[in-house]
Amino acid sequence: MDREREHNEADAKLFAPMLETGRPFYLTVGVLLALVLWGIYAWLTQYRWGLGVTGLNRPVYWGFYITNFVFFIGISHAGTLVSAILRLCQAEWRRSITRSAEVITVLVLFFGVANILADLGRPDRVLNVIKHGQFHSPLLWDVTSVATYLTASSIYLYLPLIPDLALLRDKLQMLQSEGRLTSLFMRFRRRLYAWLALGWTGTERQQRRLNRAISVMAVLVIPIAVSVHTVVSWVFAMTIQPMWHSTIFGPYFVTGAIFSGIAALILAMAIIRRVYHLEEYLKPIHFNHLGVLLLVMTLLWLYFTFAEHLTSYYGAEPAHMRVFWTKVTGRYAPEFWAMVVCCFIIPFSLLSRRRTRTITGTVIASVAVIIGMWLERFTIVVPTLVNPRLPYERGLYSPTWVEVAITVGCFAMFILLYVVFTKLFPIISIWEVREGRERALQEAAERIKTYLPGEEVEEVGIGVLS
Amino acid sequence: MPRWAMVIDLDKCTGCQACVIACKAENNIPFVSPEQAAMGRTISWMEVIPIVEGEYPRVRVRYIPRPCMQCDNPPCTKVCPVYATFKNEEGLVAQIYPRCIGCRYCTAACPYTVKYFNWYAPQWPEEMRACLNPDVSTRPKGVVEKCTFCHHRLQKAKEKARAEQRELREGDYVPACVQSCPAGAMFFGDLDDPMSTVAQLARSARAFRLLDDLGTEPKVIYLIEGEWYGPRKRA
Repeated sequence: MDREREHNEADAKLFAPMLETGRPFYLTVGVLLALVLWGIYAWLTQYRWGLGVTGLNRPVYWGFYITNFVFFIGISHAGTLVSAILRLCQAEWRRSITRSAEVITVLVLFFGVANILADLGRPDRVLNVIKHGQFHSPLLWDVTSVATYLTASSIYLYLPLIPDLALLRDKLQMLQSEGRLTSLFMRFRRRLYAWLALGWTGTERQQRRLNRAISVMAVLVIPIAVSVHTVVSWVFAMTIQPMWHSTIFGPYFVTGAIFSGIAALILAMAIIRRVYHLEEYLKPIHFNHLGVLLLVMTLLWLYFTFAEHLTSYYGAEPAHMRVFWTKVTGRYAPEFWAMVVCCFIIPFSLLSRRRTRTITGTVIASVAVIIGMWLERFTIVVPTLVNPRLPYERGLYSPTWVEVAITVGCFAMFILLYVVFTKLFPIISIWEVREGRERALQEAAERIKTYLPGEEVEEVGIGVLS
Repeated sequence: MPRWAMVIDLDKCTGCQACVIACKAENNIPFVSPEQAAMGRTISWMEVIPIVEGEYPRVRVRYIPRPCMQCDNPPCTKVCPVYATFKNEEGLVAQIYPRCIGCRYCTAACPYTVKYFNWYAPQWPEEMRACLNPDVSTRPKGVVEKCTFCHHRLQKAKEKARAEQRELREGDYVPACVQSCPAGAMFFGDLDDPMSTVAQLARSARAFRLLDDLGTEPKVIYLIEGEWYGPRKRA
């Protein structure tokens, strides 16, 4: 019990956001809520009058919504994929960042789906996708893989949350017995945590089962995550339209997804760290490591982008070249070159030097990457549609306030849900940090011994793979 | 089963757009305001595409009337998630308006850009409402539509032939655009019947199809302008 108290004192800061709420929180919620309402109003307008209230037209049938869809699904790769890979690699520095990553995945997926709904001319008929679903359509593949991913990543978020829910249950129980749990809401929360914790007491057997379940999910979730963004890219690549019909779109989109996902994670971590004073848990070393990962993805992104555009340019098919020049020197050149600056020049110059790979440096790079990756999705979707193969009058696309409001509303709602999550559940996995503090040092030392030549050391099963 | 096809002789086409208007009247195509038209929201199942070649002073304009190509291998039907667009047993690419969810995947996938979307609920001036064709359903907002080769006329022609206890003859079923062409530039019939006009014209050395190399197997066949027009590329 003494050890428990020691831990509780050490981790008081992790509990604080869930127990105390101040004015900044209500202010944030208020602002976000206002933006969400604006988005909802825009959507109602669109529902009432039809998609005519957007800037979409013929031939630019897809615009902001499809861009947002691809973008949000991309961001969702932050979490589960990064967290699963770090867990499987037994990267010890993962302990304080996995939760914040997994939450991004689950929450942001809803906004990917929301944008598809916003894009439909007949959202009232969306269930036709189930009633009359046609599996030869890549959109059905999307529905399937996104639904699978949402399920898997929700389970993957929930499982490591169980011990923390038990901790919260006990904490509130203690407060109640001390008579400090007065509000009805807090009592409701105590019951909620107790229910969600599934009777977790932390016995050896429970621990073993949980670890097993987490590692199974971690392995399972990786191919699902890869499939999700591959299938998203196939929505475009399966058509025969110029600069969509590309075999590298699958890996290109997955790379972009992980790239923007890591950037979103870094940004989220930096904000959490600042707002909840978690400097001890989210240290510069975490940002440095993620910064290196982001750097690797920057280079991969450049490689894919270069390969994709060089192939089109060298082949020089007229239909492809029209799209190519629209992007490189034409109407969408500002977006295209802003993308290159945001996705490569800024992150590469900041992240390639240890001196600038600081918290501030990685955050600036991440913001640039997030903007850049949105622009990337935009410059993939729109320029192809602007250039139909037959010599029609060329389309013009500029979004209306409705599309802007729905986009802003989605971002605001995502942030709002994230903020609410941090107020209800620990955004840093408390038990995993404790486990790290108690056991990881020794385990890591023993593991390192097994890498070294010399005396035969007994294989020790450690971490999630045990 | 016949393979319904259209042949358009570009040598005879004057670019008068009678086919465009006939189509709009026949198929209850809604009107759009000039502002909406400027935004690219016009619906026109049949469209005459002007192709400008050369530079001043040696400029030449060609006109290509463009209905739906009714591809034998349509890129649009493959991608529909709800089977709202499909190749029917007559070989025509059909639309089911009450099922379409309005995702516009088919419109984005069509290499000929022949599919149109109802951005708003359709509108007609009051005087025009009485002129709506009872054989063709009007479309609600939010769904995709396109040229059907006047499929309703095929239904009627079949019924008539059945009532007269005979086979369908050439000329029984003709879309509105073909019927209205004052220059006699458009032909319609069964491509699989070697004696039909369209089959004979399709064998002409002047015959070509739009974006033929995409492998969509369109059933709209064009006859290129004659040699007096000077050498040029096929569209």
